[in-house]
Amino acid sequence: MGIGGGSDMYRQQILDHYKNPRNYGELDAPTFSHTGENPSCGDTLTVDVGLADDGETIESVAFSGDGCAISQASASMLSERLPGMTLDELDAMDTDDITEMLGVDISPMRIKCAVLARQVAQDGAKLYEGDVDDLDVTKTEGDEV
Amino acid sequence: MGSSQQEQYPLDVDAVREEFPILDRKVGGDVTTPGEDENDTKPLVYLDNAATSQTPDRVIDAIADYYRSYNANVHRGIHHLSQEASVAYENAHDRVAEFVGADGREEVVFTKNATEAENLVAYAWGLNELEPGDNVVMTQMEHHASLVTWQQTAKKTGAEARYIRVDDDGRLDMDHARELIDDDTRMVSAVHVSNTLGTVNPVSELVDLAHDHGAYAFLDGAQSVPHMPVDVGELDADFYAFSGHKMCGPTGIGVLYGKEHVLEEMEPYLYGGSMIRRVSFDDSEWEDLPWKFEAGTPVIAQGVGLHAAIDYLDDLGMENVHAHESLLAEYAYDRLTEFDDVEVYGPPGDDRAGLVSFNLDGVHAHDLSSILNDHAVAVRAGDHCTQPLHDELGVAASTRASFYLYNTREEVDQLVDAIDDARQLFA
Ligand SMILES: Cc1ncc(COP(=O)(O)O)c(C=O)c1O
Repeated sequence: MGIGGGSDMYRQQILDHYKNPRNYGELDAPTFSHTGENPSCGDTLTVDVGLADDGETIESVAFSGDGCAISQASASMLSERLPGMTLDELDAMDTDDITEMLGVDISPMRIKCAVLARQVAQDGAKLYEGDVDDLDVTKTEGDEV
Repeated sequence: MGSSQQEQYPLDVDAVREEFPILDRKVGGDVTTPGEDENDTKPLVYLDNAATSQTPDRVIDAIADYYRSYNANVHRGIHHLSQEASVAYENAHDRVAEFVGADGREEVVFTKNATEAENLVAYAWGLNELEPGDNVVMTQMEHHASLVTWQQTAKKTGAEARYIRVDDDGRLDMDHARELIDDDTRMVSAVHVSNTLGTVNPVSELVDLAHDHGAYAFLDGAQSVPHMPVDVGELDADFYAFSGHKMCGPTGIGVLYGKEHVLEEMEPYLYGGSMIRRVSFDDSEWEDLPWKFEAGTPVIAQGVGLHAAIDYLDDLGMENVHAHESLLAEYAYDRLTEFDDVEVYGPPGDDRAGLVSFNLDGVHAHDLSSILNDHAVAVRAGDHCTQPLHDELGVAASTRASFYLYNTREEVDQLVDAIDDARQLFA
């Protein structure tokens, strides 16, 4: 299948997660929390992560935000996918992992919506681990098209 | 077309469309290989004309003919081809001047696009002339091409950037304009037709206000010259900018119109070959207008293409083009406002240019345009390079359908049907 996007982009699963987001809200005591946005689309996301006592295994995830179906459904699915994974495994997730998780072809112009949640979670983890310290809000690149 | 309702439409759209083979193509397959292939199965409905228009065969032919039979650099060789190319390139300036009511080629500078035309004046005039205490007045509905350019020029020079308010109907608050434009105003930069709201602004009034206070007036005509008769002399604007690719011409060419005496006084913006008359190790003298502002090898093929595009538009008649689009926009406005869950921005249907921006309740503009794309309906989603205006509207993005001389009521109906599909999907 090509990467045209096509009607498949809004398969039932995506619409279901968009209309009934899982883990929507905030964690009571997140280990870390981070916010990101797509400035040109107005998608915003905050991802809360709670780690297990080992300090590296993700135990709980919540997200909140606003935006297009692709960005919000992707966050909802990721919030189900992450618990049980380590921070290293999170860090290793790439765009292919996200399109595979979504189970649909994402058109090139919409990729930044799809990867926003992953990027926010990864940047949040990096800030928590002290790998970066100068990041305020994650912004996926891509100007108005 | 063809039913009785269509009779008021002045253009024979079937005939028009024959010159635009791209409008017959199908889309929907893989986008990594350009052009139609067997996976492209859905007939295109092209409603993104405010972003760029399609190119009729005769314009493509004119450009191909240039490359096939008289391609040469201009103003440099005394050989035959160079002379043919030079004459054609100069004639293109004359043709543009005639089309928009300029006094002659001296007032017509070819640039890369409308954006570069804005920047040319910002660099050549703004950076040299603006100072603390001065102000530049824009509108809240400026395209980034003008807004960012003058905002940044103001920042660099210590001048103040001011924005005329847009009211709830998407019209300029002219009382506010009269408040903002004062004796410290040096430049009024205003969009003639809003690419987001479809508002046709009272630009003559703005030009007069600017002149009453000794300021220049710069009008952004990117959405007006392609769609309606424009006479820059009558408007009395000091500067006027537009782009070839939105008016059936090629990409890579824009036009800066400037009054001759104003351009005369301005320093060049780009230095190099072609823009000089004499060069020594110590200093240089500038070429006459408009060449003073066209450094380096200019946009020759694009100039030839723009000339052909203007001939084409004149053949159809700009009054007819305008009437055709206005009827389509009014029809689209009426159909879209039938629905309670569709919010349409800008003035009423009978008082707008040929585009409609809107939002469908509960569906993000990017989702909506993706679903419209599933129906092969090409629209624009986002902020249309008017981000501050969208902030004012209180939305991050909108969807815009924009019409041109080859669009039909059937295509508007297809748009409305596709919106209904999105409504069902997200219900
Ligand atoms: C009102 C307006 N001004 C300026 C521009 C800039 O045109 P260009 O991108 O060709 O420079 C556009 C279109 O993009 C426009 O709609």
